[in-house]
Amino acid sequence: MSQIILYTIITLVAIGAVAAIILYLVAQKFKVYEDPRIDQVEEALPAANCGGCGFAGCRNFAEALVKSESFDDLFCPVGGNEVMGAVATILGREAVEQDEQVAVIRCNGTPEFRPRTNIYDGAGSCAVAHSLYTGEGGCPHGCLGEGDCVVVCDFDAIHMNPVTGLPEVIDDKCTACGACVTACPRDIIELRKKNKKDRKIFVSCINEEKGGVARKNCSVACIGCSKCFNVCPFDAITMNNNLAYIDPVKCRLCRKCVPECPTDAILEINFPPPRDKSKEKVETASETTDSGGTEKTNKNS
Amino acid sequence: MNKLIVSPSPHAHTQENVPRLMYGVIISMLPAFAVSIYFFGMGMIIVTAVSIFSCIAFEYLIQKYMLKVKPTHLDGSAFLTGLLLAFCLPANIPFWMIMIGAIVAIGIGKMTFGGLGNNIFNPALVGRVFLFVSFPAAMTSYPEPGQWLTYMDAVTGATPLGILKEGIGNHTATELVGQAPGYMDLFIGKMMGSAGEVAAIALLLGLGYMLVRRIITWHIPVSILGTVAVFTGFLWLINPQQFADPLFHLLTGGLMLGAIYMATDYVTSPMTKKGMLIYGVLIGILTVIIRILGAYPEGVQFAILIMNAFVPLLNKYFKPRRFGKEVQHG
Amino acid sequence: MGLLTFSRGGIHPAENKISAGKKIEFAGLPEQVIIPVSQHLGAPSKVLVKKGDEVKTGQVIAESSGFVSTNIHSSVTGKVLKVDAFPDTSGYRKMAVQIQVEGDEWVEGADTGDELITSIEYTSEEIRDKILKAGIVGLGGATFPSHVKLTTPKGKKADHLLINGAECEPYLTADHALMLEKSRELAIGTKILMKGLGVDKAIIGIENNKPDAIRVMEEAVSGDPGISVQALQVKYPQGGEKQLIKAILNREVPSGGLPVDVGVVVFNVGTAYASYNAVQKNRPLIERVVTVTGKSVSNPSNFLVRIGTPASYIIEKAGGLPEDTAKVINGGPMMGKAVSNLDIPIVKGSSGILIIRKEESARDAVKPCIRCTKCVSVCPMGLEPYLLMAQAEKGMYEDLEKDKVMDCIECGSCSYTCPSSRPLLDYIRLGKAEVGKIMRSRKAV
Repeated sequence: MSQIILYTIITLVAIGAVAAIILYLVAQKFKVYEDPRIDQVEEALPAANCGGCGFAGCRNFAEALVKSESFDDLFCPVGGNEVMGAVATILGREAVEQDEQVAVIRCNGTPEFRPRTNIYDGAGSCAVAHSLYTGEGGCPHGCLGEGDCVVVCDFDAIHMNPVTGLPEVIDDKCTACGACVTACPRDIIELRKKNKKDRKIFVSCINEEKGGVARKNCSVACIGCSKCFNVCPFDAITMNNNLAYIDPVKCRLCRKCVPECPTDAILEINFPPPRDKSKEKVETASETTDSGGTEKTNKNS
Repeated sequence: MNKLIVSPSPHAHTQENVPRLMYGVIISMLPAFAVSIYFFGMGMIIVTAVSIFSCIAFEYLIQKYMLKVKPTHLDGSAFLTGLLLAFCLPANIPFWMIMIGAIVAIGIGKMTFGGLGNNIFNPALVGRVFLFVSFPAAMTSYPEPGQWLTYMDAVTGATPLGILKEGIGNHTATELVGQAPGYMDLFIGKMMGSAGEVAAIALLLGLGYMLVRRIITWHIPVSILGTVAVFTGFLWLINPQQFADPLFHLLTGGLMLGAIYMATDYVTSPMTKKGMLIYGVLIGILTVIIRILGAYPEGVQFAILIMNAFVPLLNKYFKPRRFGKEVQHG
Repeated sequence: MGLLTFSRGGIHPAENKISAGKKIEFAGLPEQVIIPVSQHLGAPSKVLVKKGDEVKTGQVIAESSGFVSTNIHSSVTGKVLKVDAFPDTSGYRKMAVQIQVEGDEWVEGADTGDELITSIEYTSEEIRDKILKAGIVGLGGATFPSHVKLTTPKGKKADHLLINGAECEPYLTADHALMLEKSRELAIGTKILMKGLGVDKAIIGIENNKPDAIRVMEEAVSGDPGISVQALQVKYPQGGEKQLIKAILNREVPSGGLPVDVGVVVFNVGTAYASYNAVQKNRPLIERVVTVTGKSVSNPSNFLVRIGTPASYIIEKAGGLPEDTAKVINGGPMMGKAVSNLDIPIVKGSSGILIIRKEESARDAVKPCIRCTKCVSVCPMGLEPYLLMAQAEKGMYEDLEKDKVMDCIECGSCSYTCPSSRPLLDYIRLGKAEVGKIMRSRKAV
């Protein structure tokens, strides 16, 4: 009996030793030299592997950072300036500061403003619905409400509101990785500069149709009337293809444009509710919606 | 006017759906069930009822309280797993063992992989094999047919394949086959064995029904049974003293049940006709090898589980024949 | 010859040919027509008219803007109200010409009589030219400009012309009605296309659920040794070009290739009839046969409809929209497009307006794939729809291309047959579009 146990132990130890030696030799033979800084940089990154930087994962991004000469094109939107600063310290380079951003939804086509005229019964995907037709509300630019943006969010920062049928971003959770921006087949979502107290002013519409057509699709559509453009003291608003766009960097949140808009297409969010309508409260309570359009300044004086 | 519904084409759909397919399989098993009740009486009824009930209950409980998803326990698949599990257990097995088998089948065989459609191994077989290796004594004492009112107290005996496995070496195969029930008894199922596997004729009837309803195609059952017949026939021609004849192999053990119901399980079988044929042939070969060389008298359940693991590989390498050859743009 | 069919895959949906046997009836002129300038595959035509212009029936209002493009004609006499973007079947706005109808006075040279002109006095170049000028496109639904098909690419040689009378889509009977009533014109149209193509053999393929059409067509072509009629087993999607060629000639069009690669060119029966009108009668393509049907429709019919007529107009003609309508489809139930707006115009590719009741329309809840292999066995192209759907959903475009997603003919057999009601084709179509984009950008580099 004791002999069996003895032999067993000897055999196991022998196998273990041989295997260890083989493993060691193979590891030596096939060793690949890696810059140790890659590990350090990866350590400093958020490890979300969201792809917001444009690379497949944090490790690829770390490799690119170590290899790169400067950080001009490299930024981790999730970690923000803090993480990029830490990385810069590890690599002894200069960090490039960038504005903190947040995703905003530039459509306010709730059933109230854009009545649903038909029922979509296809696969639950905005991409499928978009390639099929204009959507339940009939607006060719409006949110389709199937939630492709919700599915791709790695940070649980975007949700569908069942009442409005629109997605809502939780600003505190949003890392501006841009996954939803890519996922949206209608390019409704935009990354905009984050302001103090999450305040936002934006045109909540991307409809480039002529005013009449746009208005027929949705009562809060931008009709391209240029009233906001004319009133803006900071040249932050541009008009292009019947659509107003507020540049988030130039905008100083003076709110002069908001009451000008005849269709209420410009939303102000998270401002104290002093003077106007009660409707604003409802929006502030729940979440953000955002808007804007294609850029290109219209120097029309 | 009502709001119009808009969806991508096609706008027509067949009447077939998952529950209909599952209950179609269940209907096809009724003849075999009837024969089993005729031979094993009350034991069969108790085993089947406990097995089906436990599978459905465990599926419901796991989905509702552990996974917190909408339970799908009534879509027929848990019912079918329960019925299949009961079919491959002896009709005198204690009911608590059945419940253990059911929880392994549903919990480990199905739900850990993500539920219906995602499991790699046939859940009923996982349950059965778990019981087989955990309680070998209970799982190999089969009741003799014809005891209507007994359950756990039934008189037991060895299966034909058991007789063959035990006796080979001391006796010739011909002698041993002679000790087992005659071919006609084997055909109608008057032998010892798992509750549902005995009646070859009833199982073949079920196969016919499933083929007519187009629930399954012929590829898997025919390739398994054909391979077993050819392989054992070849051995038998070489040495009839050492090896039993192909008919004996076809009619005994769980081969029919395995080939017709276990191996054809949608989820765990290959997706293409080519893949199915290879899968079937390999199951046949493995079954015979285990029966003849292995420690167990029966090998079909192991053969199927082993081949289940190869299904993703078969799917990857055996594609359907595409329409039209590649054109070379130059 | 016995009944032929294609060998791989296919399904047997309920035929529901309710309007079969109904005579073709002229639907009349609506008050306004909206004629889109892009009714065909290829480049949109260039608009030639402007607001306020007076146009006559058959007058060119938009001209071909490239080789793969064609002419568009006014289908009525009247005044141009607007040249603007109007919603098409998908609801997206596309350029179109809106015309206020004032009458039906044809342009000069058009022969509107019923007299049959049998002798073909044109060379193949003249035939091609006439077909381009008349704006003829494939009327089976793909709307590929016909003159392009008649121009055999260099180094290729066609030896057979197939006329597609399979009409495998359930419900639709437009081609059936056309074959019954215009068999002699069709036979001449076939000869015209043979001459245009330079082949001496033509086969008209008809599924044998239309025995009357087979008989009438056989009679009509009996004097022509080059033309024969082939009866086919009923199986969807037999009207698919590649499936039809496989069924009749047992040739397989190569993956990524054209029918002419195996020496065949296929035209729909509607196209053959339009070619007769264009070449023998100088009448451009301004009208087509459209089936208006559905189980609740009070008067299912085959209408001769002017291009640009609103769908709502012919629905009214067929007895109005039934109370229990849930879906209105432009085309057949397998490949047609559901519409959200009934004012969309009938275009060259509209073969039917199908009105579906609630109980037939709703899709079941999507359940997990049980890997039953039914989609693989019904796919007529030998693809694996379950796999393509998963890849498209996950954006695995390289794998999609490797697994031949571009071969998919979008027949819908996979979605039809899936017991778990999975939206297979919805995603495959999406994947196809993405892979197509990637392939085009690769070619551009």
